[in-house]
Amino acid sequence: MTSATGIGARVLRTEDKRFLTGTGRYVDDLPLARATYAYFLRSPHAHAKIKSIDISAAEKSPGVVNIFTGKDLVDAKVGGLICGWVVKDKHGEPHKAPPHPVMAVDTVRYVGDTVAMVVANSYDEARDAAEAIKVDYEVLPANIDLAKAFDKGAPQVHPEAPGNLIYDWEIGVKADVEAAFAKAAHVTKMDIVNNRLIPNAMEPRAAAAEYDKGTGNYTLWSTSQNPHVLRLILSAFVLGIPEHKLRVIAPDVGGGFGSKIFCYADETMVCWAASRVGRPIKWTAERSESFQTDCHGRDHVTHAELALDKEGKFLALKVETIANMGAYLSTFSTAVPTYLYATLLAGQYTTPLIYANVKAAVTHTAPVDAYRGAGRPEATFVIETIVSKAAAELKMDPAELRRKNFIPSTAFPYQTPVALQYDSGNYPPIIDEAMKIADYPGFEARRAEAKARGKLRGIGFSSYIEACGLAPSQVIGQLGGGVGQWESAQIKFNPTGNVQVITGSHSHGQGHETTFAQLVHDRLGVPMDQIEVVHGDTSTTPFGMGTYGSRSLAVGGSAIMKATDKIIAKGKKIAAHLMEADVADVVFENGTFKVAGTDKNVPLAQAVFAAYVPHNYPLAEIEPGMDENAFYDPANFVYPAGTQICEVEIDPDTGIVEVIAHTAVDDFGNIINPMIVEGQVHGGIVQGVGQALFEGAVYDKQTGQLLSGSFMDYTMPRADNFPSFKLGYKVTPCPHNPLGVKGCGEAGAIAAPAAVMNAVHNALAPIGVKHVEMPATPLNVWQSIQGAQRAAAE
Amino acid sequence: MYDFAYHRPKSVADAIALLKGNEEARPMSGGMTLIPTLKQRLARPSDVVDLGGLKELAGVKVEGDTLVIGGMTKHGDVATSADVKKVIPALADLAGHIGDPQVRNRGTMGGSVANNDPAADYPAAVVALNATVITNTGKHTADAFFKGLFETALGDGEIITAISFPKAEKAAYMKFPNPASRYAMVGVFVAKTASGVRVAVTGAGPSVFRVKAMEEALSKNFSSDAIKDIKVPADGLNSDIHGSAEYRAHLVGVMARRAVDKASK
Ligand SMILES: Cc1cc2nc3c(=O)[nH]c(=O)nc-3n(C[C@H](O)[C@H](O)[C@H](O)COP(=O)(O)OP(=O)(O)OC[C@H]3O[C@@H](n4cnc5c(N)ncnc54)[C@H](O)[C@@H]3O)c2cc1C
Repeated sequence: MTSATGIGARVLRTEDKRFLTGTGRYVDDLPLARATYAYFLRSPHAHAKIKSIDISAAEKSPGVVNIFTGKDLVDAKVGGLICGWVVKDKHGEPHKAPPHPVMAVDTVRYVGDTVAMVVANSYDEARDAAEAIKVDYEVLPANIDLAKAFDKGAPQVHPEAPGNLIYDWEIGVKADVEAAFAKAAHVTKMDIVNNRLIPNAMEPRAAAAEYDKGTGNYTLWSTSQNPHVLRLILSAFVLGIPEHKLRVIAPDVGGGFGSKIFCYADETMVCWAASRVGRPIKWTAERSESFQTDCHGRDHVTHAELALDKEGKFLALKVETIANMGAYLSTFSTAVPTYLYATLLAGQYTTPLIYANVKAAVTHTAPVDAYRGAGRPEATFVIETIVSKAAAELKMDPAELRRKNFIPSTAFPYQTPVALQYDSGNYPPIIDEAMKIADYPGFEARRAEAKARGKLRGIGFSSYIEACGLAPSQVIGQLGGGVGQWESAQIKFNPTGNVQVITGSHSHGQGHETTFAQLVHDRLGVPMDQIEVVHGDTSTTPFGMGTYGSRSLAVGGSAIMKATDKIIAKGKKIAAHLMEADVADVVFENGTFKVAGTDKNVPLAQAVFAAYVPHNYPLAEIEPGMDENAFYDPANFVYPAGTQICEVEIDPDTGIVEVIAHTAVDDFGNIINPMIVEGQVHGGIVQGVGQALFEGAVYDKQTGQLLSGSFMDYTMPRADNFPSFKLGYKVTPCPHNPLGVKGCGEAGAIAAPAAVMNAVHNALAPIGVKHVEMPATPLNVWQSIQGAQRAAAE
Repeated sequence: MYDFAYHRPKSVADAIALLKGNEEARPMSGGMTLIPTLKQRLARPSDVVDLGGLKELAGVKVEGDTLVIGGMTKHGDVATSADVKKVIPALADLAGHIGDPQVRNRGTMGGSVANNDPAADYPAAVVALNATVITNTGKHTADAFFKGLFETALGDGEIITAISFPKAEKAAYMKFPNPASRYAMVGVFVAKTASGVRVAVTGAGPSVFRVKAMEEALSKNFSSDAIKDIKVPADGLNSDIHGSAEYRAHLVGVMARRAVDKASK
């Protein structure tokens, strides 16, 4: 069906009305009668022994209801927080799994580690009381510098992880790769840091919980991207509340970017304490708590080498990475630098041999876990910067070198040497289109014009691929993942013909309420305003996996398609009965059941009504009601790919890098709502450019204090840092899901950092600068220029 | 936020009566600095004396060749004032680049100058233009007013009521914003007034300072060429994750030259 609001239409987001008029309902907005408020006392030290905690004065503070410390949890036999993905190291041994107590018992391991929870009649009273808690710390040396985490004598984070090593993991055959390097005509080498990022969702994390003494039921409202998974973890592993006695609701959530996937200490405490306090408890993180305790992202130190033959064909790639896990292993942390990173190192290229070694380290910093792109931005950054570096060394055009090595369109499905099998793609037309949009041939003239103004202009490419739409449950299981990765959908008609589309995925800014409604509208012909998309409540939605890894449309949308199939199949039977026709002769078109070659027809709404008022209905054959469930487990990941081209100008006097133009051409398969997709790409590019030029979590290397702990010091990208983006699409439909769609949520953030940094390096190459680390802040760029000038003078 | 007593006096005399002799009392103008400090529990005043009711402290007046700007005048009003734009356009330009629209619509000149944040913009203008800080008890020359990091010549029970700026023959402000906060990481105000050429730097050091070598060179030849070889020593300058002392020292030179060029246009 094609209509103004069907698949492919730029339908305005239905949810925006409430978001833009301030009528969204977030966790903090909940009116809970007799509520109490929680405040968490956090560790001011990166590493210290807790010698004692004295709460006697705090307990007498006005308004205090209850105070809990780690010892209370030990006494109550509360489990620790879990890491849900078992990565086996290169000897086949599972990763080291140091305990992650919900609140610290005798040791604190990062600035922000949870030490005590104060519950009081008001937030201010809780905070007043927390100030009266006396903690006697014995401050210990801290292990902060990732590059030195494994050094002899580095302070140890956990006795269960000797040498601070969580795993030493590898993929590929090292000897084969070494042999290829021995025969190479050229080897490009590179040392890079993938800077640590702080997610900074607009809405800070929040939790509220209520315990019903009569039924023994708990309700937890949480800013979660995946309420069912949170409930599963809390009930099966941490709190032991039977799953059916715990309801988790994630209402409107203001952004997540991965940071709201995980099960955190504070929401666990709020839930646990609700029954002990006997009144509802509310908690919302302050912004500085978000900086300190949201899981951070990225944070790799990498050495990479690329071997090429004399024509510029890639022979082999070798990568060694140290990945920071922070002080404790967060929910999916172990998988990010392994299965979501090293398996992507083939990129868009035919590189036949790849070896990667990843060592995960614990440090006295906040836990690190998935953040928009999760592993794939790190992989893309390695590949795309080393390819551009090789092109520069070989004096080849960077686009030409890429083209020479692209997987040809005829080679799909394509088995990479690092486990993944790409299902579809066609890369050359993408880069061609991007170069056309970016006017690549005109670049040298623009560079010359900029030079006349005293500016250094540069251009950079990034041709990314990602595996997303997480994904086949059996593959995930073989790789150590602890959960299934299907998605659920339910389509529930009301007797009057309007419909609820109930999904197991969760929207926290992505626009599912519009996209999913468009799908159902397109398939069933129900008008958009008759469709309500329901998500985020474990009591009203079937078990579902939630939203991350660009999976909502590819997996969740496909489940919805399967449910619409079932609706149509049932509707046909009802319509056949009403039309006194054979089911085989009934077709469904534009929302109406028809008998081919006749003018007999039954609109879907009429079939629905008959299903709920089955007076004239084939009750012997089918059940009444129009309410269908579907679960969809995909056959493979989906593989969006694209090319971004960034053009920058650098002021050599100040070091300021300005993004002048940014082009992105993507293959996301079929597109349901181009406007929403563009929004995702824009936001992704901004986050990627943010990583390249602005953002960086900085800990003091001695004390472990978070120096970039507020917006005064952590540079967020802002609207005035950007030109209008130039976007384009190429489409190769995904062959294995019913919609032919791939994911678009992370692509921008995956590709952009390399495009920007390649442009920065291209701009600075003429003045002898070899390497600038991310973020390319004015200080950083200026110092690199100074370094090059000093080197030139020597 | 800790509890405090809130007052909104109707006259300067009433405000002073509340402030004088009470070390724990704090005046509040726009609250753009004070309120975040209170929210983060970094300050615990017993009394907050809101100057918002003192209408006589707000507004711009032209008195002969001087601009007299009331302490309660908001940044946004300075930025858009026809009088400021006419007499010292560089000052309007500076005010228009402080913070964001919300901050400019609440924050005041008196609050900013009294606070003397090392990264604030106004102190550079006050010193370069050789302005006079007027208080309820008297007057301070610009050079004598800014004492050091968050420190001024204001005494007990003394508030800024106005600042008077002499007309500038030439003036310009160039700001290198801190990438994160967008306060001045280095801001250089260059001005040529009846009292000569002055170059005042904010953001780079613990408090606003003058670069005498540049002032002398520019007095002889008001052009960016005249100062191109003058280097500001890095010793004693601020250093943080956004800028080392050396980088700030370098930026003082760049911003000063750009300010001179802008003032010469
Ligand atoms: C997001 C943000 C961005 C900002 N960016 C910038 C920037 O780019 N550049 C910049 O210069 N500033 C910036 N500021 C600071 C802003 O300009 C403040 O308005 C200013 O520093 C204080 O002015 P206020 O009127 O708000 O003072 P208040 O917050 O009311 O007071 C500040 C201090 O001065 C004292 N005080 C107030 N009025 C008087 C008076 N008349 N006499 C004596 N003492 C007084 C108070 O007791 C308090 O200690 C920013 C602030 C914010 C919140």
